[in-house]
Amino acid sequence: MYLLAIDWIFILEKFLLVGFIVSLSMVVAMYATYGERKVAAWLQDRIGPNRAGPFGLLQPLADGGKLFFKEEIIPLISSKFLFILGPILAMVTALLTSAVIPWGRPLHIAGRDVPLQVADINIGILYIFGVVSIGVYGIMIGGWASNNKFSLLAAIRGASQMVSYELPMGLSLLAVLMLVGDLKMSSIVANQVGEGFFNWHIWYQPLGFLIFFICALAECNRTPFDLPEAENELNFGYHQEYSSMKLGFYLFAEYINMFISGVVMATLYFGGYDIPFVNEANWDINQNLLALIGFAVLLAKAFLFVFVFMWIRWTIPRFRYDQLMKLGWARLIPLALFNMVITAAIVLWLKK
Amino acid sequence: MQLTSRAKPVDRKPMTWLERIYLWNIFKGMMITLSHLFKRKATIKYPEEKRSFSKVFRGLHILNRDEEGRERCTACGLCAVACPAEAITMEAAERQPGEENLYREEKYAAKYEINMLRCIFCGYCEEACPKDAIYLSQTFAPANYGRQGFIYKKTDLLIPDPKTDPEGYRKAKGEA
Repeated sequence: MYLLAIDWIFILEKFLLVGFIVSLSMVVAMYATYGERKVAAWLQDRIGPNRAGPFGLLQPLADGGKLFFKEEIIPLISSKFLFILGPILAMVTALLTSAVIPWGRPLHIAGRDVPLQVADINIGILYIFGVVSIGVYGIMIGGWASNNKFSLLAAIRGASQMVSYELPMGLSLLAVLMLVGDLKMSSIVANQVGEGFFNWHIWYQPLGFLIFFICALAECNRTPFDLPEAENELNFGYHQEYSSMKLGFYLFAEYINMFISGVVMATLYFGGYDIPFVNEANWDINQNLLALIGFAVLLAKAFLFVFVFMWIRWTIPRFRYDQLMKLGWARLIPLALFNMVITAAIVLWLKK
Repeated sequence: MQLTSRAKPVDRKPMTWLERIYLWNIFKGMMITLSHLFKRKATIKYPEEKRSFSKVFRGLHILNRDEEGRERCTACGLCAVACPAEAITMEAAERQPGEENLYREEKYAAKYEINMLRCIFCGYCEEACPKDAIYLSQTFAPANYGRQGFIYKKTDLLIPDPKTDPEGYRKAKGEA
């Protein structure tokens, strides 16, 4: 008799899924660095990396190899434990977010329903927010442990920026949650699946999406909100003292964050794995194939967002710090509150 | 006080509402950068493609030979005198009997060196030369690991013999 029946296949299935998603995020982040350089080059009328392999496709491997083999320097007067903890935290929080994202419809393998979601917890979106706010610690601890004034300044900037922009982000998200009536990621997507793409939340929440997008840029420390790593003001920001793979982890975490926030935006506002122009319920096709197509569609949406992130980076100059704070507190929060109130009123009015 | 007729007054109009929300201008800027995605790239993929120089490009020097393959330089030193960077040094020697097929005049340069690190590629040596012996070609000095490597000896500078190596001769003259 078992007191606790352990479903071994369930555990195996989750392990495989986690392994797959983490390695997917890693590969995407690797090629995001390549994509970043290519996009930067194209936008500046250049060609970009094209020497390593065909079209320079092996460039990320070369970069990664270089980072691995460089000398690892820990400054003598730094706080060593925290110095190492910083990049670990940044990387772990970047990867943790992917756990609650519904990557596609469930697969049917050998009579089992395998959901393409690691954990469909009922506080899904709050979990994402929680983990993202832990991400601040990666920057804070890294910057503080470096024992360098520039790094410390950058860490303070990063922390206050992320805290400030989490508020309008959460407020704009509340409006979406009012439409859905549930915090589960899977029901947020289920609310948008359907004929065509007019069920997507972007049609109901254009202002909310705009606010969310701006805040996502700020949360990922991307230009125009890249004050924590402002090269020309703070040398290199919070990762100035870092070298070798510890630096690599910071840079990597940034790209994973970018990818994950692209996926989150696609999930919240652009229908997640919903395939546009197709009514999945009536489409006579193998369910597994449908799930895979949905997964590919979700990835395509996320990559589109990643591209827009890069496009913005190579177009818009950085905000000044007071402008950043003014935008966050004096513009976005009232706007998000307004958006929330309007949505609430309309939802109430329609439900009556 | 008006210094020039082209001066433009600075536009100090207060920003309109559309300008103040900033998003429309960002959008315009992003459309400009997007249009650059489809523009022709300015890059020249160097080892495969080479940038073409103008006809009057002044590059590495060559020491010329006449039609019969004899060195034209007579070590008069006018190029060294004309050189503003003092990059040219030479030592003269007398042509011995039996060397008439090697040197055109009775005196020739036994040693002829140009320091490419000093040279400013002005082309004054080419203008000073009364014997048509030195020319600036269409190539430039390749990179080198040491300073010694930039001091070009006579062997580096001499054009290939048109009799024994007509192919190389034509190439060096830029005809091939």
